[in-house]
Amino acid sequence: MPEIVDNFKNALLSSDEEGASAILDQYLLKHTPLQFVEEIVVKTLDDIGSGWENGDYALSQVYMSGRICEALLDRALPDQSGQRWHKPKMAIALLSDYHSLGKKIVYSVMRAGGFQLVDYGRVEVEELVARVTEDRLEVIMISVLMLSSALQVKEVVRRLSPRSDNLKIVVGGAPFRLDRQLWQEVGADAVGYTASDALHIASSLQGGKADE
Amino acid sequence: MSEPKMTSLQRVLTTLGHEEPDRVPLFLLLTMHGAKELGLSIKDYFSKGEYVAEGQLRLLEKYGHDCLYSFFYAPVEIEAWGGEVLYQDDGPPNSGQPFITDPSAISKLKIPDVKETPALAKVLEATRLMKKEIGDKAPIIGVVMSPFSLPVMQTGFDAYLEMIYKDRPLFNSLMEINEAFCVKWANAQLEAGATAICYFDPLSSPTIIPRELYLQTGYHVAKRTISRINGATATHMASGRALPIIADLTATKTAAVGISAAENIGEVKEACRGKLTVLGNLNGIEMIHWDRAEVKAAVQNAIAGAASGGGFILSDNHGEIPYQVPDEVLLAISEAVNHFGNYPLDWLVKDDD
Ligand code: B12
Repeated sequence: MPEIVDNFKNALLSSDEEGASAILDQYLLKHTPLQFVEEIVVKTLDDIGSGWENGDYALSQVYMSGRICEALLDRALPDQSGQRWHKPKMAIALLSDYHSLGKKIVYSVMRAGGFQLVDYGRVEVEELVARVTEDRLEVIMISVLMLSSALQVKEVVRRLSPRSDNLKIVVGGAPFRLDRQLWQEVGADAVGYTASDALHIASSLQGGKADE
Repeated sequence: MSEPKMTSLQRVLTTLGHEEPDRVPLFLLLTMHGAKELGLSIKDYFSKGEYVAEGQLRLLEKYGHDCLYSFFYAPVEIEAWGGEVLYQDDGPPNSGQPFITDPSAISKLKIPDVKETPALAKVLEATRLMKKEIGDKAPIIGVVMSPFSLPVMQTGFDAYLEMIYKDRPLFNSLMEINEAFCVKWANAQLEAGATAICYFDPLSSPTIIPRELYLQTGYHVAKRTISRINGATATHMASGRALPIIADLTATKTAAVGISAAENIGEVKEACRGKLTVLGNLNGIEMIHWDRAEVKAAVQNAIAGAASGGGFILSDNHGEIPYQVPDEVLLAISEAVNHFGNYPLDWLVKDDD
């Protein structure tokens, strides 16, 4: 078993889409797609994410891995298959910022990890607050790249906290990585330093598993 | 405090020659703080070369650091190609929608005229005005985006990564165009009075792409480009890591490297000693809430790690200090350098015993 994880990881790191796809096909002969997600994808993306944190891997590898896994999973586990985890109810947004790569990576990794989430795209504070409230979200993931955008989270927290006590505000992006106190300063409930942290956070908040 | 024995320029040249000057040179790489000095909005401040020149001269006077910085903002180069720039009140302008949306547009790109294009002309004007005032007292640091990093703003980051991995011919043709532009832009700044060019190249950092890929791509781009720039360059990783590629960077013939706050400055220094000047690595984001004790500790730590033997310039890790960093912190940094940065570094030797 660990051998397949290693092979899969190497395929992702060298951005070998065909290799990764062949491993999936092989695996599906004896297992379910959801097992592939749980046993292989999540673990591998997690390793690559923490490897980036430590300086062992590069962002381009995190990006390509996320994209490849997302494509594989879209094939093996289409949205309508009923096997994706729909809980908690969550969305991801790029707040007041023009740098969408971080959000895109987190979105890919979350979907590759079997989660379903809405993509709000790029939003300003006003719109974000309105949509989160209207959609009665349980988790909102906010991605930023500029410090000035990170500081906008304060306003989001100030306006959302009186309304929704079930809501968790999760933040991430370069300024939060560079200043490890910043997430608390802006009043977020949690922070992720890599895209795979988003998986852990979502899993820990997960009320129910896949819809049967 | 005694009169300094060297001018800022002498101090910087000495350290670049890997010898110890009178004290550790300090580069406070401030871009937007000049607007505060002049009581202007960020957008107005960057609208005229004379404002930026005046702002930089006032900041030099106020903080007694060792350079003038003619950098406006990274997307000035995008503006030059006809792309969109978006201003904000409390941070640097950002590039808007990528202006290269399909691959066929690349072969049709026209290199901007670096002297006539308004966005670039204002930077050259600022450089000339600064040079007129400062003469040879302090260096003027000009900035270019590396041809390898610029496409993030030209095509968008994800499209560019896909191009690097999947379409090398297209990548090569974009590099050819960007290299020609970068060389002209750097040389025009040198001609206007810049002393050296900071070559911003975070895409080459192992934080962004693996070294093997760098050796096939950004490394060759840097080698070709730097060899055609008529002055010294410092390669900046914009807070990405540098340590795994120090030998490669040295081979590109750059003189200095801007490193990350996430790496051990002493380790980087040992890899660079005698070959490459280390520029760094105070954490600009954390700086916003530093108190005096934290400033002192950070400055001491950087000097202890990298100042011995020269080949070191103290600065932030990114090449731009955020707008939100208070003046008191900047003053405290400058004071700490005047206190701990005098060569010979006696306090360091004593601490080691
Ligand atoms: C490469 C780079 C550049 C390149 C390309 C930038 C770009 N994307 O357009 C160039 C050279 C062009 C550049 C220019 C500038 N840059 Co720059 N750049 C960087 C660098 C090195 C990497 C940025 C990047 O895109 N990373 C990729 C993204 C995907 O990484 P990430 O956001 O960290 O996301 C990961 C995790 O954080 C996590 N994550 C992200 N979101 C979320 C959300 C959740 C919920 C979770 C759980 C996790 C999560 O997952 C992602 C993948 O693992 C950083 C420094 C650094 N060490 O990070 C500076 C940095 C982003 N730049 C910065 C700045 C200021 C600029 C400029 C504005 C400078 C200027 N004055 O012009 C320009 C603007 C460029 C523009 N687009 O208009 C600052 C921003 C902070 C600040 N000071 O405000 C940084 C942080 C540097 C610093 N130390 O201060 N830059």
